[in-house]
Amino acid sequence: MGLDFSVIPGYFDALLLGSLWTVAITLSSALISFFGGILLAVIALYSPAIIRYPFRAFAFMFMGTPLLLQLFLIYFGLIQIGLDLPAFVAGVIGLGLHFAVYNSDIIQAGILAVDKGQHEGARTLGLSRLQTIRKIIVPQAVRTVLPPIGNNMIALLKDSALVSVIGVAELTLTAQLAISNTFRPFEFYVAAAACYYVINLGLEYGLRRLEQSIQTSR
Amino acid sequence: MDYDLILRVYPYFLQAAVVTIELSVLSIALGLVCGTLGAYARLSRWATLRFIGATYVSVIRGTPALIQLFILYFGGPQIGIQLDAFEAGVIGLGINIGAYMTETIRGAIIAMDKGQTEAARTLGMSSWQTMRKVTLPQAARLMIRPLGVNINAQIKGTALVAAISVVELTYTAQRYIGSTYKPFEMFFLAGIIYIIIIFVTGQGISWLDRRVQIK
Repeated sequence: MGLDFSVIPGYFDALLLGSLWTVAITLSSALISFFGGILLAVIALYSPAIIRYPFRAFAFMFMGTPLLLQLFLIYFGLIQIGLDLPAFVAGVIGLGLHFAVYNSDIIQAGILAVDKGQHEGARTLGLSRLQTIRKIIVPQAVRTVLPPIGNNMIALLKDSALVSVIGVAELTLTAQLAISNTFRPFEFYVAAAACYYVINLGLEYGLRRLEQSIQTSR
Repeated sequence: MDYDLILRVYPYFLQAAVVTIELSVLSIALGLVCGTLGAYARLSRWATLRFIGATYVSVIRGTPALIQLFILYFGGPQIGIQLDAFEAGVIGLGINIGAYMTETIRGAIIAMDKGQTEAARTLGMSSWQTMRKVTLPQAARLMIRPLGVNINAQIKGTALVAAISVVELTYTAQRYIGSTYKPFEMFFLAGIIYIIIIFVTGQGISWLDRRVQIK
């Protein structure tokens, strides 16, 4: 069976729609992972020991197990306790949470890198502890660690292919559906890879612009 | 938590863990080979080799590992590559991690003092001898820690081959979730095993790193 890429144009619309879903999943879980990462970082650094230590154990669990396993747990496991999430929601939560833990690690380092005088200064000016963290520390911390967080976002885009396994109709699953009609796996997986590559280039470009605009506004 | 069930199925999980470890070891070994070749291609004098190296890194890092596995396993037969799922898993994962390792190894080589290479060449060593006897041994020390990060990612990355039905840990967990409807127990069991593997590997890498550092 030779290669025949002429089957691709017939599925152009489907692949485009799949790409859009991939972008939607990536962006929504990127948002969750970003703000979740900040929240988790603040909890990990500032909360009382009784919350902090169980929390660190939880983070360790998340960083030590594969994303695919976590997706299965969220999608199939929550049914066990009566929570039947749609595949899309389960996928976004799974991806978002997984990368929130990784982002939190980076943001913690960023928070620790903020000059101590900033904290003291804000407190002296009469800001509460929470205000200091929220308005003074976190914004500065996030700025410095934006590039590594960007790398995580790129990893997130590629890992979004995993949610096809729990049945979210994004790019990978779209390619699989096309393959089940045409029996041409090579052509369609290569086409899907090309779509990912293009989305990836777009994401990299967007991240670079974002970093530049933040660097100059400093 | 159904502990009886866990006690009943854990031997199967341990068997699967052996497959996960085999996949990890073989694909990491292949990754190191691809990574070293890739790094030297990217640092080569010849533009063609540099281009091949850069394309390899860009394409592999720009597309999902899952898709790469699918192309190899499902698409391979169309271009005359017949692999069973395990072989496809090892080769696919190895080529994938090799691209990340290319950058790690290249970084370590670049970070080395240029005078080392120049001195070795001046002393009359060939460029091959320089690489083997001067550059690589020193760069190896620098790359242990970052390669450890790649290796950690790869152990978790082996879960992907569940999608091409290699009976490793995640696939086993998935199968038992399907037959017992106890996702939490199965996740717990598989998760603990992954964490142990990763923890032990991490300790091993730290030990190696401490051992080879010049005091």
